[in-house]
Amino acid sequence: MSLTSNRKDSVAVVGVGMTDFGKLPDHDATSLGIWALRNAAEDAGLTLKDIDGIAFHRLSDYQKFIQITSMSPRLLTVNPGAGRMLGGTLQIAVQAILSGMLDTVAVVYGNDGRTAGARYGGKEDRYGTSAEQLWFPYGMTSPGAIHAMAFQRHAALYGTTIEQLATISRTFRDHALLNPGAVMRKPISMQDYLDAPFICEPLRRLDYCLINDGGVAMILTSGERARDMRRKPVYLRGMAQLSRLAQGELPEDFGYATMQQVSGRVHEMAGVSREDVAALMIYDNFTPTVLFTLEGFGYCPRGEGGRFVEDGVLSLKGRYPTNTNGGHLSESYMQGWSLNVEAVRQVRGELGTRQVPEAGIVQYLQGGPLSTSVIYGREPS
Amino acid sequence: MSAYQKPLPVIDDHNRRYWAATREGRLELPRCDACGAFHTYFEPWCNACGHEGVHWEQLSGRGRIWANCRFHKVYFPGFETPYNVAMVELEEGPRLVTNIVGLEHGTLDEMPIGLAVEVVFDAVTPEVTLVKFKPAGKAAA
Repeated sequence: MSLTSNRKDSVAVVGVGMTDFGKLPDHDATSLGIWALRNAAEDAGLTLKDIDGIAFHRLSDYQKFIQITSMSPRLLTVNPGAGRMLGGTLQIAVQAILSGMLDTVAVVYGNDGRTAGARYGGKEDRYGTSAEQLWFPYGMTSPGAIHAMAFQRHAALYGTTIEQLATISRTFRDHALLNPGAVMRKPISMQDYLDAPFICEPLRRLDYCLINDGGVAMILTSGERARDMRRKPVYLRGMAQLSRLAQGELPEDFGYATMQQVSGRVHEMAGVSREDVAALMIYDNFTPTVLFTLEGFGYCPRGEGGRFVEDGVLSLKGRYPTNTNGGHLSESYMQGWSLNVEAVRQVRGELGTRQVPEAGIVQYLQGGPLSTSVIYGREPS
Repeated sequence: MSAYQKPLPVIDDHNRRYWAATREGRLELPRCDACGAFHTYFEPWCNACGHEGVHWEQLSGRGRIWANCRFHKVYFPGFETPYNVAMVELEEGPRLVTNIVGLEHGTLDEMPIGLAVEVVFDAVTPEVTLVKFKPAGKAAA
């Protein structure tokens, strides 16, 4: 099976764009999205008027966006803010192209969470069934706390250690040193990690992603049209998603069964195995997710995530260099999008000191109860 | 005594039975008429088998700690950090988020995953009695 429809074609990314990341009070989410899309269009050698459709994620003011850009898209759709909505946003763009309905579709993400003072947790955050009834009276809230609980269970079942979590945090921050766009560019020692304050024990501040302002955009078109573009196309060889939001937000099995299905489908669609993958981009809102995701996607045996990462397998010199931009933990929390841009740029081979040699195939992995994976390749499947 | 500051549940037609029972010192949850699974959401559908139709039933109040964490950051007024939160798996299967009481220091070491616990009822306001747990066989704090 390949990522082709009756149109017998494929879909490729032909332009990527990002803003600066950090505290950017002169911009709102819409403005950040426009900034990112302008960069992506320039990268692709296109004008905004060449873009037929836009699938937005997080930034909600599509009307202002279209007014300011004077675009006339034939597809316009908005997905809400949660990071798990990345997959659906990308799926809409891909399907619009594969169906033949549209030629060139942009996915645009804008997030002014830092300036807007976004808080994850508290009474505005509805995680878990009946959170306000059965969680809030006990003080339970926030995605970080959910991951803290999940990690504790993983540690109790499999002997996973805090030092193994620290390895993830430290590895991604080492990668960020090579990324001038990363917000946090400072090496951290094991002692620095252990000295960081607890947010929700056992997780410390350095287990948490960085909430910042920023925007990301990607421009997609059919494989056929992509061949004539300015950039060498990067093909979406496979894409799969599964949602299993039962049992509140703390799945029985760390999302293992869900990710196993996504993993099987995305590799079958892409026609590549894990052995063919040169680098990984893993949605890292908190360090424990990385362990669960590696296990769920079969990069290590179940329960072995901690031991798998401790010897540096995720570092640039390791077998599976992961989050080479620094990830959400160090570059900026762009809810998966900057990881996808990093995947595209790795496949293009343009990343200089953080370039993975022979990165012909790069996989994006998003664990959790709504799991998504995308496999990018230099050649169409 | 200062007024109770922590979040309180909003009692409505869906959950009234739950909070009425806790006020009388009973832990009750909806149970599927068809497959017998207990639920912690207050809807008439079963998430195990899809059957529509539940009845309320009393649970033993015995269980084990299934997961735990300890907050060091304040998200809600009224909580003094650090404070612990646990997910307790009841003997009958469902899991409840709760606080573990009756610990000397309230640390995670004192409430390991797998620890046997039993329900205690904490009347925090005249209307609301919260379901909490203590290590089994220990007097409540």
